[in-house]
Amino acid sequence: MDKQVKAILKKYDNRKEFLISILQDVQAIHHYLPREALQQISDALGIPMSRIYSVATFFKAFSLEPRGKHLINVCVGTACHVRGSVKVLESIEREIGIKPGETDSGLKFSLDAVNCLGCCALGPVMVVDGAYHGKLSTAKAVEILKACD
Amino acid sequence: MGRLKSPGELATLRQAILAKRDPNRPCITVCSGTGCSAYGSEKVFATFEAALSPLKGKIDLRRTGCHGFCERGTMVVIYPDEVCYVQVQPEDVPAIVASVRNGKILERLLYVDPVTGKKITLEPEIPFYRNQQRLIFGNNRRIDPQSIEDYIALGGYDALAKALNGMTPEQIVGEIKKSNLRGRGGAGFPTGTKWETVRNAPGEPKYVIVNCDEGDPGAYMDRSLMEGNPHSVLEGLVIGAYAIGSHEGFIYIRNEYPLAVENVGIALRQAEEYGLLGENILGSGFNLKVVINRGGGAFVCGESTALMASLEGQVGEPRAKYIHTAVSGLWEKPSCLNNVETFANVPLIITNGADWYRGIGTERSKGTKIFSLVGKVNNTGLVEVPMGTTLREIIYNIGGGIREGKRFKAVQTGGPSGGMIPEQHLDLPIDFDELTRVGSMMGSGGMIVMDESTCMVDIARYFISFLEEESCGKCVPCREGLLHMREILDDICEGRGKPGDIEVMMRLSATMKDAALCALGQTAPNPVLSSIHYFKDEYEAHINEKRCPAKVCKALITYSIIDEKCPGCGICVKNCPQEAIESQGKKKPAVIHSENCVRCGICYDVCRLDAIEVE
Repeated sequence: MDKQVKAILKKYDNRKEFLISILQDVQAIHHYLPREALQQISDALGIPMSRIYSVATFFKAFSLEPRGKHLINVCVGTACHVRGSVKVLESIEREIGIKPGETDSGLKFSLDAVNCLGCCALGPVMVVDGAYHGKLSTAKAVEILKACD
Repeated sequence: MGRLKSPGELATLRQAILAKRDPNRPCITVCSGTGCSAYGSEKVFATFEAALSPLKGKIDLRRTGCHGFCERGTMVVIYPDEVCYVQVQPEDVPAIVASVRNGKILERLLYVDPVTGKKITLEPEIPFYRNQQRLIFGNNRRIDPQSIEDYIALGGYDALAKALNGMTPEQIVGEIKKSNLRGRGGAGFPTGTKWETVRNAPGEPKYVIVNCDEGDPGAYMDRSLMEGNPHSVLEGLVIGAYAIGSHEGFIYIRNEYPLAVENVGIALRQAEEYGLLGENILGSGFNLKVVINRGGGAFVCGESTALMASLEGQVGEPRAKYIHTAVSGLWEKPSCLNNVETFANVPLIITNGADWYRGIGTERSKGTKIFSLVGKVNNTGLVEVPMGTTLREIIYNIGGGIREGKRFKAVQTGGPSGGMIPEQHLDLPIDFDELTRVGSMMGSGGMIVMDESTCMVDIARYFISFLEEESCGKCVPCREGLLHMREILDDICEGRGKPGDIEVMMRLSATMKDAALCALGQTAPNPVLSSIHYFKDEYEAHINEKRCPAKVCKALITYSIIDEKCPGCGICVKNCPQEAIESQGKKKPAVIHSENCVRCGICYDVCRLDAIEVE
């Protein structure tokens, strides 16, 4: 049994209605939802695994696969789109060799395309490990990723 | 700080806070909204903190919420005069501190009006601000969002005191009804009517919910309000709960907004500590408990029934609304769901009265509205104007016109299910009804400006594929309609369009409008319908001539080098990921081999001499 997961469940009093919050907290620790953790949540809350899976696969915030060391979110919201985020995303895909939603085999990068990060004035924008990078060009985006170890 | 037990104690506290503050003492404020943070405002703030520590008591320092002029971050404003410095870097800090001490203006950091070329010293005089009316958003730049005392000092929670002390719930509902406040989430439903329905609906408990699942790409006013002035929303929420008779509230925030989650969490704790939330609020006997729920990243959860399903810990699928959520919502109890901005309007109406509020705006849409003006416009940012302001005033007087001297083509309002509005409607006074009349909608207030280099078919495809991905898949018209529409648009953009495609899309649209389960599916065809209505020639150029007039759709364009402009520097050769560009030696123009070119556009970006041509 995972102690961290147990602590999260306790924080929410084992209440069913907090399932999504609980999954978010687990995801924040592991960067994904390990099967064992889901089983533990299922047992504690009395929610069948099938329903937990339906929630975990419905919301974009959740991943059932392990994620890479560096999380890249490229904004493809409308404001970024009209300012050329498609080109930026494509150059990132070429650089690290994966598509949005994927993680590379070395677990170094996970790439996601997200809809609007809410700082449209800076478009095109991407967030790498929580740090915002704005006014990107294809070259600048690639440079930022090259600097990740 | 003990809990406040009466409106009188709140007034006493306000006086005590104001007495501690000298309004003439210089105060340096640093914007710490998400936009400015991305420019590195935290470093600027830390540098100020270090520089000002020996000057304690002489110069104050404050972190504020988003000022809205995100284009020019990091913004630093110095009170009491409101001298404004833009694009401030940590290196500029010593010079700014020195200028405050000797009372001189630091010319080099002032904002330069791109139209007149003049430097502008004071923040309120910058055209971007001067042409706005910031009732809701104005305090963002005056307060530290993590300080309840800053909010109280400006008259915060006065409306709550007035509501709890001198007004019955029925009077509050009546006042909101009279003000004709309409929901700012997009649909424009009269807030007072909704409150009345929830109040009169049978069943206990009743719930109040703040909708901050701002999923519209290109809109971020709710985020900036939640981050920058969370107490104003909270105050509106408590008044709303009292009016409808609810003791349990929820704030549903997108998880993509970590700073908003943090600041609202702090605001909730502070309000509880000060007796403005929790048991026996301001000694009135009224109780309200509020919790935060973070969204899971699903656009459809902005829809009321989907949001409530998600609050219950279920998959966020909407249901048919034969019975409104006001009667049977969260856990099948009467539930009042309002947008962030709607709640932020409430304290203003209670303080100043419905008659004052009715004096602002148009006949059927009252008050102001915050728009996020983004895309190909010079001044990107958040703009608050009275309802009835024209698109032209917003885009040209406030937004400073189109970037790089290009031509305006269209403005897209209302989010992915809104519509494109062309040049001929630029003088349209914006309110809920006028926007609907021209085939778009208010939505949450996103305003994406597009110029001649934006392809309308590509944009329609962008929105449809967004909606296809975000459709929950529960009902057939939405799920299948969007899929087919996206396939047709893919074909058109990739040169496989055929005569009749436009008509098929119009038929699909009609079915979706009639038969989809929720507003997402019913409004989803809007981007296609409005772009066909106003820009049919672009569709026809793609379909009949296999040509993209805006030079965006990859399959229909080629890149080549303008020989006269190319000195053979080789930068494009080096950067081309496909090795499709060949150098012919120094001082000779390079050559693009179009059979290898993937039209990624990198050469176009890196060329400093504009020697790459797109046809």
